[in-house]
Amino acid sequence: MDFVRENADLFLDAFLTTLGLSLLAGLVALVLGTLLAAMRVSPIPPLRGLATFYVETFRNTPLTVVFFFIIFGLPQIDFVIGFFPGAVLSVGLYTAAFVCEALRSGINAVSAGQAEAARAIGLTFGQSLREVVLPQAFRTVVPPLGNVLIAMVKNTSIAAGFSVSELSSLLPRLVNADAGDLTLVLVGVVVGYMVITLPSALAVNRIERRVAILR
Amino acid sequence: MRITRYAATLGALGLVLAGCSSEAGQQAGEATENAPEVAQDVEFPAGSTMAELAEAGTITVGTKFDQPGFGLANPQGVPEGFDVEVAKIVAGGLGIAPEAIEWKETVSANRESFIQNGDVDIVVATYTINDARKQLIDFAGPYYVAGQDIMVATGNPQGIEGPDDLAGKRVCSVEGSTPAQNIRDNYPEAQLTLFDVYSKCADALRNGQVDAVTTDNVILTGLVQGGQGAFELVGNPFTQEPYGIGLAKGDDEFRTYINDTLEQSFEDGSWAAAWDRTAGAITGEPAPEPPTIDRY
Repeated sequence: MDFVRENADLFLDAFLTTLGLSLLAGLVALVLGTLLAAMRVSPIPPLRGLATFYVETFRNTPLTVVFFFIIFGLPQIDFVIGFFPGAVLSVGLYTAAFVCEALRSGINAVSAGQAEAARAIGLTFGQSLREVVLPQAFRTVVPPLGNVLIAMVKNTSIAAGFSVSELSSLLPRLVNADAGDLTLVLVGVVVGYMVITLPSALAVNRIERRVAILR
Repeated sequence: MRITRYAATLGALGLVLAGCSSEAGQQAGEATENAPEVAQDVEFPAGSTMAELAEAGTITVGTKFDQPGFGLANPQGVPEGFDVEVAKIVAGGLGIAPEAIEWKETVSANRESFIQNGDVDIVVATYTINDARKQLIDFAGPYYVAGQDIMVATGNPQGIEGPDDLAGKRVCSVEGSTPAQNIRDNYPEAQLTLFDVYSKCADALRNGQVDAVTTDNVILTGLVQGGQGAFELVGNPFTQEPYGIGLAKGDDEFRTYINDTLEQSFEDGSWAAAWDRTAGAITGEPAPEPPTIDRY
């Protein structure tokens, strides 16, 4: 128990770092992902192409490589970014590709008649997307979007290898200092992640039931 | 009919065995040129770890695969370096040829558990002897004493001459390492940047994302070497890091054996020869005075 008390501050700091990283990266991912999804269904070919290129690039690149590029690659062209902002950007950009694809599947699930009707009453493409299609699309993709975001929380652990002292960075630090407490460190780290992911999963379930569309 | 079949099987087996032994003999012949001596006809007390290993004819050694000069895997996946040579000296005393050693990669965070779980017989992996670790495993040695030092960009633009100059500077090390903890405890004004491997510290220093890299001087020497002129060593070690050989706790007979073997290698020059072939070839410095074995 002494071990837990001695390192409580450390665990709290690391937990808050993981939480902050998750929230900020999640925000980046949701905003950018929505924008990308809108681009991918837009009637303008260059926008569609650009979004497709983005999604296929980031979806098919390991997150560690994205981190390397942002943290060590960009400084080569004199664009130095701090380690924490770099981590937010890496995780956010990477997850945006998955958010976009989840959302696009939701957009495709909205029957074509809805969009046609919206255009028929004179709404522009942007208006019909905002007012008619996206609200319905978001409702259908709550479970997959939840999955994407929970996976993202766990993906933030890669930041430990790039100088962000988040939860999983405690593993090497505390284990090397005192290998006898390996199990306690592991339990502490797992609990830290679960405190974030389990309520998220519950929230997803609840939201899903709230907003479900009865078809 | 049946008898001839048995005879044929036996004959085939004999051929296979003959093939094995001649091959092994050939390999041993090649290895003698630049490898430590392999003892012949070794005798150990029955039931001891040494007897078991000598009987099995193989030993599993944990070492680092990413530490230039100490344990660095070559393109064939076989580690090379001073740690590797020291392990070969220990194995040679048991009558085990270098080719018969099974190498396992260990990293800083898993060395104790590998020993405790019996995944490896010994660990020779720039392994600093300290009391917390002695609670879990035992150490033979030390076979080398390193010291924590600082690496800066060539020309030392920040004028860092020692650990006291690190206050307010961005200092890079590896999370979970003894040098990182030392900076935290004794030089809290330094801003620590922590990665999982030292090569990232070198990248960050090259990009100007950190002002200095700190860890054991031998590791930094490897990085300076790999940096092709971009880095230099401050050359002012401020700690003592005795490197020991980790083995299972309580196996005092085995520990004494390793200590004896190390002492003998200090005396007969094979230790110094191992240094010159590996870490010494990188630093260009002659082998230091061998440390005193700590028989606790």
